[in-house]
Amino acid sequence: MLGFILSRVLQAIPVLLVVGLLSFVLFAYIGDPVSIMLGQDHTEAQRLALVAELGLDQPFLIRFGRFLMATVQGDFGISYRLAKPVGPLLASRLPATLELAVTATVLAFAAGVPMGVYTGIRANGLVARLVMIVSLIGVSLPTFLMGILLILVFAVGLGWLPSFGRGPVSAIGGWWTTGFSSWAGVRALILPAVTLGLFQMTMIMRLVRSEMLEVLRSDYVRFARARGLTDSAINFGHALKNTLVPVITIVGLQFGGIVAFSLVTETVFQWPGMGLLLVQSVASADIPVISAYLPLIALLFVTINLVVDLLYYAVDPRLRFSA
Amino acid sequence: MRQWLDSDLAYSFRTRPTAILSVIILLVLTIGAVFAPLLAPHNPMDSASLSLMDSFKPPLGWPDSEWTNPLGTDNQGRDVLSAIMYGMRISLLVGVCAVVFAVAVGITVGLIAGYAGGVVDALLMRLADIQLTFPAILTALLIDGIISSALPASMREPLQIYIIVVAIGISLWPGFARTVRGSTLVERNKDYVMAARVIGVPSSRIMLSHVLPNVIGPALVVGTLGLGLAILAEATLSFLGVGLPPTQPSLGTLIRFGNDFLFSGQWWVTVFPGLTLVLLVLAINLLGDWLRDALNPRLR
Amino acid sequence: MTPLLEVTDLTVEFPTRRGTLRALDQVSFSIGAGEVLGVVGESGAGKSLTGAAIIGLLQPPGRIAGGTIRLEGERIDTLPPDRLRRIRGRRIGTIFQDPLTTLNPLYTIGRQLTETMRTHLPISESEARDRAIGWLDQVGIPAAAHRIDAYPHEFSGGMRQRVVIALALCAEPRLVVADEPTTALDVSVQAQIITLLKRLTRDHGTAVMLITHDMGVIAETADRVAVMYAGRIAEIGPVSDVIRNPAHPYSRGLMDSIPSMAHRAERLRQIDGAMPRLNAIPAGCAFNPRCPSVFDRCRSDRPVLLPAGNGQAACWLHG
Repeated sequence: MLGFILSRVLQAIPVLLVVGLLSFVLFAYIGDPVSIMLGQDHTEAQRLALVAELGLDQPFLIRFGRFLMATVQGDFGISYRLAKPVGPLLASRLPATLELAVTATVLAFAAGVPMGVYTGIRANGLVARLVMIVSLIGVSLPTFLMGILLILVFAVGLGWLPSFGRGPVSAIGGWWTTGFSSWAGVRALILPAVTLGLFQMTMIMRLVRSEMLEVLRSDYVRFARARGLTDSAINFGHALKNTLVPVITIVGLQFGGIVAFSLVTETVFQWPGMGLLLVQSVASADIPVISAYLPLIALLFVTINLVVDLLYYAVDPRLRFSA
Repeated sequence: MRQWLDSDLAYSFRTRPTAILSVIILLVLTIGAVFAPLLAPHNPMDSASLSLMDSFKPPLGWPDSEWTNPLGTDNQGRDVLSAIMYGMRISLLVGVCAVVFAVAVGITVGLIAGYAGGVVDALLMRLADIQLTFPAILTALLIDGIISSALPASMREPLQIYIIVVAIGISLWPGFARTVRGSTLVERNKDYVMAARVIGVPSSRIMLSHVLPNVIGPALVVGTLGLGLAILAEATLSFLGVGLPPTQPSLGTLIRFGNDFLFSGQWWVTVFPGLTLVLLVLAINLLGDWLRDALNPRLR
Repeated sequence: MTPLLEVTDLTVEFPTRRGTLRALDQVSFSIGAGEVLGVVGESGAGKSLTGAAIIGLLQPPGRIAGGTIRLEGERIDTLPPDRLRRIRGRRIGTIFQDPLTTLNPLYTIGRQLTETMRTHLPISESEARDRAIGWLDQVGIPAAAHRIDAYPHEFSGGMRQRVVIALALCAEPRLVVADEPTTALDVSVQAQIITLLKRLTRDHGTAVMLITHDMGVIAETADRVAVMYAGRIAEIGPVSDVIRNPAHPYSRGLMDSIPSMAHRAERLRQIDGAMPRLNAIPAGCAFNPRCPSVFDRCRSDRPVLLPAGNGQAACWLHG
């Protein structure tokens, strides 16, 4: 078990190093921090002094090493656009994005898995076919358009829910902010979370359905039927549990997808999270922020993959013995 | 032709209403987009013909609507229907180019990986696997950001369309590479390739003249399926404001503009381009669904 | 006395886009209590389909289009799904071909056994567990009390088939449908499994419908044998009669193609041609294009099962 985790962590290190290198090249060679910090008017001597001060005249490997050290300590430089340190800037945006992403994931699961099981069991039923057609529209409907339509109906048309922002938030422990502390904050979360979760829900549903169909055709389900087990024991015990193995992988990746699409949702709803910050930074070529995103996102995905592997391990006994 | 009409593929097409419907929708939309300069009632790019007097006309069926602007007009008096037709042109162009780019990269990498095998194969496929764990839209956005940052500001706008094509293309290549690699592995072990190798034909020639023609079929099928993704990715980037510049408005750009008027009641400026986008992508996805089912009898 | 299982004129059809295929055509046979009926035939003859129809697990779009299936006198082919489910496992056990795929990989074998027993029998979890250990012991799993918590992948193929047999018998059914129980196993293990199945079913008085294409297994195990051809029963009778003195030309061809230690032929004989596809079954007797003794009536009239020796054969030679 411990060896398994260790080997996965070791495998992740080269990936993180490569992303770190990419981030470093972007930060150190594409951006030109010296001219930005000095402005238009400066002498050659001033420039050289700053170059020496920043360590830009050092060999590549030393600079890369320093960059990695700084990155690990959360020092990502200063945003061109906002003139603030990138590290604290990202940290202040993190709670908004996480609250949105987790709420959306929970919604997507709670609705997607039961619907997938249902449409898998009643594959030829009228309701299941209808759900499948609607879900195909859901897959074809881009997230931002879904957000716009929801705003049109529930904010502009009916006036039930707010259409932008996070509502009132309260601080917890000095660095975390939450919108769950007030009803207004929860109301502000509803539309963005539904927008973000809907696409993932259709994906989860379609995936669970196709895996379910596959498993229901398997020999061991046929044998379970031949042993006279009840339909519910077969569908929710034998079939669903076997469906979970591949579903866990995809759903892990789906959480990555939620994080990715949160930048779209955050833009539509002007949600003050990390995604909105990234979009604005790309639009204004704010290199320090973009280059800080690379290792952060890589770390996120490496972590997700590790969690997925561990879940696999918990569900599938075959891995426990061969590993 | 008769042979094709009698085939299983044609049969499954005839008996699947969604497939027929999606082909009809795609034909209508594509013709409308490709021949937009001939068919569109107005030229939305011609700012001289625009008049603020015509701004915010509602679509047909609402008070004060006019036959000349069946889907209404935007804040500058631009005809929404014409803007959609021209916008779809750009969306389709970028989508097709991005997929062609991705297929080209995918075929090259897939061929090399599948044919060379060993360390090269392992390395390339590991790379594809890693990239596959990142959502395509995120990859495209970051590549867009990196390329744009590297260019001087004055060059960004004219090159933006190429940047988008490359960014989306790079985000989609791993899927194609895997498909091509799979088919290459199958072809590589066939007798004719062995024979060619035995008589001393160089590897590069075997790949180009023998293996390539055989793997191009499956790659094209996957390519068609990727078109929906590419069009959505472009629309999303343009909506986020990091895609195509306002001088080349795609469907995504139109939706972004229209979004500003949602609260003042001019919903049609954003809803109609949105519906067009959904219809286009839905038709491609339905066709793709049918193709996958028809070519994979196990799942029928 | 009513037989344990009585199948009368069972007909199974598959609707396809090129017309309806008749995969089983008026199949009739019966199995007495404690009896072992072998069912032989080439692949595609309808052996497994007959078994699937009896336990009510035909793969859609296949459906029973005619005939009756009676278990201890009670008609079961028209029962609602839930009533039929209560029969499966409890009154008819089933053994499938490939033990590597018939066990759920994510549940321990103990859980699969107790689950089956508790579905059908009014017993507690601990009682079920005790019985499960007993069954594993009976099917020859060493250290059963310890191995009960193991997962299927921790067993070899032969051991897994023993577990499958325990699962088929654990609710003490009167009949077991064994569909090619040894085909997927190593040759060295096949005999052990057949011996085990024979011993356990004899001890518990369980009747067996043994579906196989291995005449050796039939000869060793079965009391009677039914020979199937193109979805029909060609001949049915006591196993010694059918093997030594087959009444149907197809059975004769089948027996001639078996290597035998006693009389070594120069070469094994084979039946010319191949079994017709379901959409091209000839009129009259399905075997007529390949039959060495064919005459006019075979090409026009379909033979019914006629008395022949100690059994019955669907052949006009006996009409």
